[in-house]
Amino acid sequence: MSFPWANEYKPQHPVMQWVDERLPLPRFVYNAIGGGYPVPRNLNYFWNFGVLSGVALMIQIITGIILAMHYYASIDGAFNSVEHIMRDVNGGWFIRYAHMNGASFFFIVVYIHIFRGLFYGSYKAPREMVWLLGVVIFLLMMATGFMGYVLPWGQMSYWGAQVITGFFSAIPVVGEPLRQWLLGGYAPDQATLNRFFSLHYLLPFVILGTIILHVWALHIPGSSNPTGVSVKAESDTVPFHPYYTAKDGFGLGLFLLAFVAVTFFSPNMLGHPDNYIPANPLSTPAHIVPEWYYLPFYAILKAFTVDFGIPFTGIVIIPAKLMGVLAMFGSILLLFFLPWLDTSPVRSGHYRPLFRKFFLFGLIPSVLALGYCGMMPAEQPYVMISQIAAAYYFAHFLIILPIVSRIEKTLPLPNSITEAVTGKPLETAAA
Amino acid sequence: MATVEQAESMTETVAEDGVRRRDFIHIAAVSWAGVGAAAVALPLLNQMGASADVRALASIEVDVAAIEPGQAIKTSWRKQPVFIRNLTPAEVADANKVAVGTLRDPQTLADRTKPGKENWLITMGVCTHLGCVPLGAAAGEVKGEFGGYFCPCHGSHYDTAGRIRKGPAPLNLQVPEFAFISDTVVKIG
Repeated sequence: MSFPWANEYKPQHPVMQWVDERLPLPRFVYNAIGGGYPVPRNLNYFWNFGVLSGVALMIQIITGIILAMHYYASIDGAFNSVEHIMRDVNGGWFIRYAHMNGASFFFIVVYIHIFRGLFYGSYKAPREMVWLLGVVIFLLMMATGFMGYVLPWGQMSYWGAQVITGFFSAIPVVGEPLRQWLLGGYAPDQATLNRFFSLHYLLPFVILGTIILHVWALHIPGSSNPTGVSVKAESDTVPFHPYYTAKDGFGLGLFLLAFVAVTFFSPNMLGHPDNYIPANPLSTPAHIVPEWYYLPFYAILKAFTVDFGIPFTGIVIIPAKLMGVLAMFGSILLLFFLPWLDTSPVRSGHYRPLFRKFFLFGLIPSVLALGYCGMMPAEQPYVMISQIAAAYYFAHFLIILPIVSRIEKTLPLPNSITEAVTGKPLETAAA
Repeated sequence: MATVEQAESMTETVAEDGVRRRDFIHIAAVSWAGVGAAAVALPLLNQMGASADVRALASIEVDVAAIEPGQAIKTSWRKQPVFIRNLTPAEVADANKVAVGTLRDPQTLADRTKPGKENWLITMGVCTHLGCVPLGAAAGEVKGEFGGYFCPCHGSHYDTAGRIRKGPAPLNLQVPEFAFISDTVVKIG
């Protein structure tokens, strides 16, 4: 893995030598996140967010396991058990609020991590597998987050389960049977809650496994960097430890500061008050909104309001409901094809002026607009805005990127990372 | 910004005893990280203790007026059985005959009851050996060789004061904190 000049793990202590000969786990860790992993010397703070995502997942797993010690997965007891955690369990309020807001912070850092990858071309060869596994992780996170939100069995939990499983009923022929199979009944009920609890406990560990693959795949070519220029010599890299452990540690400190600030001072800021009303199958909340991190996708779903068919005949080929569902899943599945949609040989957006404009002034505003429309009711002008933004989102990946990759005149790249940092050319051979 | 080359060319100032300034920074940083880890670990461990709703069940009140001498009832306190026994004068005399010095866990009946209420023996129904529930409280149950309680699981015999007399249990049946709040009502806990 990585480069020939990587430091070798040399255990000093006889006990460590004994262990290393039998199970080289410390060697594995050293080569993964220790002095044995050479990293480009010019990473900026956008490269902190991978580690932060891992920390956020660990916070979720630890607090989640603790919550499961006090929670009852029953439609009669679930809501009360959450209140029991909040009021009676020692420090339970802290554990639950940390888990609630930990989910939001997990998505915040993962979104920054994804946009870092999009801008700096981290999905390009030879790192396509890293990107594909990343999209798998993202899908698993969305499934996990949704199921977790159902568990307190409040109004938003219940109607969220109703609406999300309703997506599957849009599929022709098998849709409705599939939905009933997912729910274990005609509407969300005890069977639904039980299976969601089981899966919400399981999936984070699947995510953890996928993260291990993601990091493994990353360490074959090694980390990319803001210039997008590949590592050429030893002077281009520094050992991960102590250089990036220190830098990541600083970033982690800031992240935790923001996290505890929200957890302690404004724990319900990102939640919906309706979820403090126990689930009532006979009354739907005024508008059902998902958690903030799903809003852009929810807006894409809602943007499709017209049946797609042959004009003036009344023949409907794809009904609006199915179209919205296809578009919503498509907007995520699209990311799987990104490495082959963007054919530019230059990785970093820094040296791609046209791409940079479309990315900063097209893609990012369109996603933010979708997020805003997602939380608004389905009325004008929000429907129109979300239609335009959704159209741009798809066009960006399917039309703009392939064309820009071909016609763009890229800026001259630095000859090496070392040159980009020091201004002095890389000393070859006799370095 | 210090680059790698600069760092390599920097000569570290080492004091005469070989201690660098950086050593202090290392120790300080790791120590502070340890303080942080401990601060996080505390609430994560504390949540497993008895919650407020469990602690709220810490006392019960029992009306003992209906218990005739020679009878006993089982009640439940903190999810554990409690034996409330109205001793007959003979049983009280039996208990007081024993030379305290010969006992495994020396206590008199007076130590284990309230003054003027010596006939009310209130003990946990939990064998001090391994926590089984001894027999002898309900009518018709075996009371053991000493007329008190008998735990069949491992053969512990308790006398009429609930003291261990024979078998593996190390201690007398535990007497919970209790008080008579009237002539016939006992508050346990």
